[in-house]
Amino acid sequence: MDWTLLLIQMLNGLQLGVLLFLLASGLTLVFGIMDFVNLAHGSFYMVGAFVCASLTFFTGNFLIGVILAIPVVALVGVITEKIVVQQLYARDHLDHVLATFGLILCFDTLVHMIWGAQGIAVPLPKWLDGQVELFGGIVFPTFRLLIIGTGLTIAFGLYYLVNHTRLGMLIRAGASNRTMVSALGVDIQLLFSLVFALGAVLAGLAGMLISPITEASIGMGNEIIITAFVVIIVGGIGSMKGAFIAAMIIGLIDTLGRSFLDDMFKVFMSAPAAETSAPAVSAMLIYILMAAILAVRPQGLFPPKVR
Amino acid sequence: MLKRTLLGVSLASLMAASAWGAEVKIGFVTTLTTPAAVIGKDMQDAVNLAVEHMGGKMGDLDINVIFEDDGFKPEIGKQKTDKLVKQDDVTFVTGFIWSHVLLASRKSALDGGKFLISSNAGPSQLAGKLCHENFFSTSWQNDQTPMAMGEVLNQQGVNSIYVMAPNYAAGKNMVAGVKRTFKGEIKGTDFTKWGKDAQLDFSAELAKAKASGAEGIFVFYPGKAGGAFIKQYQQQGLQGKVPLYSVFTVDAIALPKLQAAKFEGVLGSRMTQFWDPTLDNPQNKKFVDGFKAKYGKYPSFYAAQSYDTMYLIKSAVEAVNGDLSNMDGMRAAMKKANFPSVRGEFTYGNNHMPVQNFYLREVVKDGDGTWTTKVVKTVFENHQDVYAKDCPMK
Repeated sequence: MDWTLLLIQMLNGLQLGVLLFLLASGLTLVFGIMDFVNLAHGSFYMVGAFVCASLTFFTGNFLIGVILAIPVVALVGVITEKIVVQQLYARDHLDHVLATFGLILCFDTLVHMIWGAQGIAVPLPKWLDGQVELFGGIVFPTFRLLIIGTGLTIAFGLYYLVNHTRLGMLIRAGASNRTMVSALGVDIQLLFSLVFALGAVLAGLAGMLISPITEASIGMGNEIIITAFVVIIVGGIGSMKGAFIAAMIIGLIDTLGRSFLDDMFKVFMSAPAAETSAPAVSAMLIYILMAAILAVRPQGLFPPKVR
Repeated sequence: MLKRTLLGVSLASLMAASAWGAEVKIGFVTTLTTPAAVIGKDMQDAVNLAVEHMGGKMGDLDINVIFEDDGFKPEIGKQKTDKLVKQDDVTFVTGFIWSHVLLASRKSALDGGKFLISSNAGPSQLAGKLCHENFFSTSWQNDQTPMAMGEVLNQQGVNSIYVMAPNYAAGKNMVAGVKRTFKGEIKGTDFTKWGKDAQLDFSAELAKAKASGAEGIFVFYPGKAGGAFIKQYQQQGLQGKVPLYSVFTVDAIALPKLQAAKFEGVLGSRMTQFWDPTLDNPQNKKFVDGFKAKYGKYPSFYAAQSYDTMYLIKSAVEAVNGDLSNMDGMRAAMKKANFPSVRGEFTYGNNHMPVQNFYLREVVKDGDGTWTTKVVKTVFENHQDVYAKDCPMK
């Protein structure tokens, strides 16, 4: 066993997990508190990436691009909530799914009209584009390290927000019993708008962070949103802690599966057979995990206390 | 009275349709949505340019190209092919970026008695056992380009490589191709998820490649995955340590984006290909200059193949003087490859795959500072794919 490689792959898995957490935290908030299924959550991921890409080219610096893009995505989130989502709270889940699926198509087409089909490659400043040497001779890309750092900081911030502030108390109360919260005189409409915008910003930030690695492209959110749903189902819908732990587990399983499954398969089958079957199986791993957890704990690993 | 007038009008319009409205219908299946639309757009642009260069006519017939979007999915590609064959009754079904889409659509077109011309995909099956008298290609068989790259690796004395490709028909052909000619050791092979939700983050695979100690990395990542791969290859610090050898990854679609983002690392990288914008022949000059003038960018190889497709069809239509019922005549004409091709002269093998040259190309800055490619040398001359012998046609 190559321990250096294993450590690098764990860091890669952590980085994927952090990105998934940024997406899933917003999704789980919106789903858990408002009982609203938002398939279009991934669209904020895409919008974040495109806005940030444009601002990066405009200002010439990726970090300034990110900072300026955050309020823009928040605004897009608020507008979406006001115009479309608000009309849907009273409807059932099927209507949510239909309407937000329509939103995905609208966002994809809108982005196509504004930025074109080709996607944008986002440049990084020189000091972020290289690698750093960590302990024990492990060389890791600086930017991926920055993603891990940012993600963990935000996770801690969210933990503090949810558990130690008045807003967090309302969010938790809303997740447990929102009728009671509004009966107690809390402006639930405002709370919903805030939570929705927060979710949009977190998703947008994830999109901004991934764009220098892959690129800003149409439909990028639709690819990752499925995995984000797996995360919140495994973690327990509405639970921030669950989303964090599940995101880390899924990030690690996906990355380690891609890295080591073919070697494991080669132990008991021929090399060509292993090379063909390993990618198929590793793509399924997270769904197998989800199925297993649903069978044992249908409510997820860490469901909110009262529903 | 009114009835009679109406009848007269409709009769007249019917006659008009047969007298002046005679046209050749060409169905063009490509990807116009999803991020891969950028490839489909390039092909569409090239087809429109070809129609313009032909003055909208093949012989006396008007050209009617019907574009269809396969959505990057084999089942949709097949549906659209069915529609073109049954509803539009086209004479030629062409386009096809993706091998799995072409394989799924093949039967619909050929059983419907239409010509099927691939403007890109070259799966081994269609070159070998599934070859068909009405199937032609204006591109290449998937294995050929990586075979040329394997030969280049041998010539450069590279002893070991790590191989990465997407997990679909073409990815497997590409890997088979490079393994066929490369004489050194393959340190590892990774097939990554492909399709609409393709894997674009290659951190795990690149870490494995680095740890494997291979002397080079061979990749095939078409479309947007190519740009993403190049960036991550650079971010992982592999540049200058483990050289990159690619096919269909760095192209005229990825280069403008990489240039805009100043990814200088891609300059000087090398790939093999059957065509290059700098190839010196009159048709290529007309094509490249025309494309740059009309769309303000270099054409990709996808565009070059699509442009050739239109001229191949034109040669067939003109050989039978516009009699589209004469399938035998058109087939015989296409078999001769008697049209001006942007790649220069070539011939068709028994399986209707081009027998053509393959070049080593390098990414350079042109006179205006735009990033493009130029030919370094010829790797294979008149190269025929290895599956031709499995094809029962003579």
